Amino acid sequence: MKITVGKGSCGIAAGAGEIFSLLEQKAPAGCPVVVTGCIGMCYLEPIVNIETDDKNITFVKVNAEAADEILKYINGEENKASQYIIEREDLDNLNSQQRIALQNCGIIDPENIGEYIAREGYKAAEKCIKELTPEQVIDEIKISGLSGRGGAGFSTAFKWNAARSSKGDKKYVICNADEGDPGAFMDRAVIEGDPHAVIEGMLIAAYAIGADEGIVYVRAEYPLAIIRLELALKQAREKNLLGENIFGCDFCFDIRIKAGAGAFVCGEETALIASLEGERGMPRLKPPFPAEKGFWKKPSNINNVETYSNVPWIIRNGGAAFASMGTENSKGTKVFALTGKIAKGGLVEIPMGKTIYDVVYGVGGGIKDGKKFKAVQMGGPSGGCIPAELIDTMIDYKTLVAAGAMMGSGGMVVMDETTCMVDMARFFLDFTVKESCGKCIHCRIGNQRMLEILDRICDGNGREDDIELLSDLALQIKDGSLCALGQTAPNPVLTTLRYFLNEYEDHIKNKKCTAHQCKALLTYFIDNDKCTGCTLCAKKCPNKAISGEVKKAHSIDMEKCIKCGKCADACRFKAVVVD
Amino acid sequence: MERNFTCTCPAEQTDQMQIYKFSDPAIDITLLEPYLIKYAGTEGSLITVLQKAQDIYGYLPVDLLAYISRRTGIKPAKVMGVVTFYTQFRTKPVGKNLILLCQGTACHVNGSSDIEAAIRDYLKIEEGEISENGLFTYNNVACLGCCSLSPVMMIGDKTYGKLTKDSAVKILKEIAQQEQKEAVE
Repeated sequence: MKITVGKGSCGIAAGAGEIFSLLEQKAPAGCPVVVTGCIGMCYLEPIVNIETDDKNITFVKVNAEAADEILKYINGEENKASQYIIEREDLDNLNSQQRIALQNCGIIDPENIGEYIAREGYKAAEKCIKELTPEQVIDEIKISGLSGRGGAGFSTAFKWNAARSSKGDKKYVICNADEGDPGAFMDRAVIEGDPHAVIEGMLIAAYAIGADEGIVYVRAEYPLAIIRLELALKQAREKNLLGENIFGCDFCFDIRIKAGAGAFVCGEETALIASLEGERGMPRLKPPFPAEKGFWKKPSNINNVETYSNVPWIIRNGGAAFASMGTENSKGTKVFALTGKIAKGGLVEIPMGKTIYDVVYGVGGGIKDGKKFKAVQMGGPSGGCIPAELIDTMIDYKTLVAAGAMMGSGGMVVMDETTCMVDMARFFLDFTVKESCGKCIHCRIGNQRMLEILDRICDGNGREDDIELLSDLALQIKDGSLCALGQTAPNPVLTTLRYFLNEYEDHIKNKKCTAHQCKALLTYFIDNDKCTGCTLCAKKCPNKAISGEVKKAHSIDMEKCIKCGKCADACRFKAVVVD
Repeated sequence: MERNFTCTCPAEQTDQMQIYKFSDPAIDITLLEPYLIKYAGTEGSLITVLQKAQDIYGYLPVDLLAYISRRTGIKPAKVMGVVTFYTQFRTKPVGKNLILLCQGTACHVNGSSDIEAAIRDYLKIEEGEISENGLFTYNNVACLGCCSLSPVMMIGDKTYGKLTKDSAVKILKEIAQQEQKEAVE
């Protein structure tokens, strides 16, 4: 019998660390307690799996009490563990997914290379290095149709071929793990849950392009990912899967980790290279592309974590098997981070070509608290929103762009009726303004101006011509910026203008925020029928704006009200109404 | 690749290290020395040196940056440029517990601005400041990657998820109590 505890960052945040220690202390002899990464069902964390000879039981939302019941179950005592067993529906949701990049996440122990090898790990690298020529490897990737999973969706085989064809005595393979898109965490989950898949993918890329040095650029905000990756690299070196004469062949390759220092723009490849060189992470003009002149001006191939983790599967199963999934221009599967106002948030891996409905209402279980679905934001600050009426939009690179959004790295933030779309646009603009490197004037100043306009709209000071001004600025910023950050920064504004123009008009003309998010546009008043005169709201009001006698209906002085909402939080009778 | 640094500053020599005074007396420069020796001559390692220095001292005061500049031969303007470019680096000290409050998209949609208001209200500080008891500083960060548990904050290496205004303040109160207890013992 074996006990497995899901210890990804999300599991740990939900309390998996304590559950692990508890089970480890009390588990009977001969019953090992091991860790695994994130299986993607973050809404059910902490998750504990019990594996016996003939069955596999998953327990979810395990607290200390549940852990005790599970121990009783293991010891064959009377127990109440069954109430913590995963629901059939959740299990079906998991099994309905097609897992390639996440194939080992939440299944193997990421800190034990043996478990990766037992699941055909490093077989693909061995096949490439021993049996295939670099050209054959690139051909296989070409057949698969794999494209960059970091956002741009550029052909992986094309990049590898370009780096291979570039002349140079020294070449680099770089893994972009600077997952900066707020609302996306698939790269973190892959490194934490299956670090060897990334290492093997890089190893194959290195062989294909002829590199002997690899670097993983990881966000500093992901400490656990760095620890697991370091350990994985050490274990791979011990087995000579990295180092000199790998698989006894004349091929040498090793990987080191570089912790990023926090800059969203470093996800752009030329900025990432500048950061690796110890400089400020500012993008430069392309060409020359990194495949020609990259790190230290040497040919470098840069791919994202998820891209590399698909590679071993493609080599093992053939490019054609990968290409058989998906649509005409988007092959294979894609991992999405489903978050926001969703009932069952987490990581989802599905074939390309499914619809947004399939994700939100299928795997995602619909909207949280029975609210109404309004939109889904895809592609983070560079992407856009897709409104409820377009929920049947197919997930593929071209279709999403046509709808005004983009695949991006796979963040899917679900919004309901309580999300204000003008505020959302402001939120993303605020982010890009903070993250703009400052090199291009349009991006540095143009976005700042757009943010100021959105600020004043949300503050109730919007002007009649603001919408026109926003559209005009947006197009100029797109044209006048060097890198993708600036070129895509206005997208959240453009798509919200396209689909939710009525909300902008409500803010500007009627001074109303229908989602009740923009504080300056709200009015608080007390419903006389519901107010019991308990005086609690008056006591909580920091500005003494509420008056009234005990046991009589109270009232709010609009002049004094600072719209902090403390009265509404305090009222136990729902007598404080917000409009 | 060797970087040319023919700096005549006396502080460059290890034996005279102790005489170099920093405005913050808590800074023991000998702790950074092994890393300076390891990285100072390697091109492209400025960020690594700065990360080590911040790990050791908690922040990067300007005179320390000037010192690093002299030791590495990298111009002070460039060192300062790198420090101010990346959000990880700070030039002011922080409280004993650094709260990283996630302001990612998922957290924003689920009310992280209310959590920030509650924390600010309780600690009576603005972002980046130290609370009166010296125990806390809070910083807004872009995304901690725990979106499914939003809203989220991280204190030390512990992540707290599904926060409400009340639970966030409760967590801070518990940490403060724990610190007080430890101080008494």
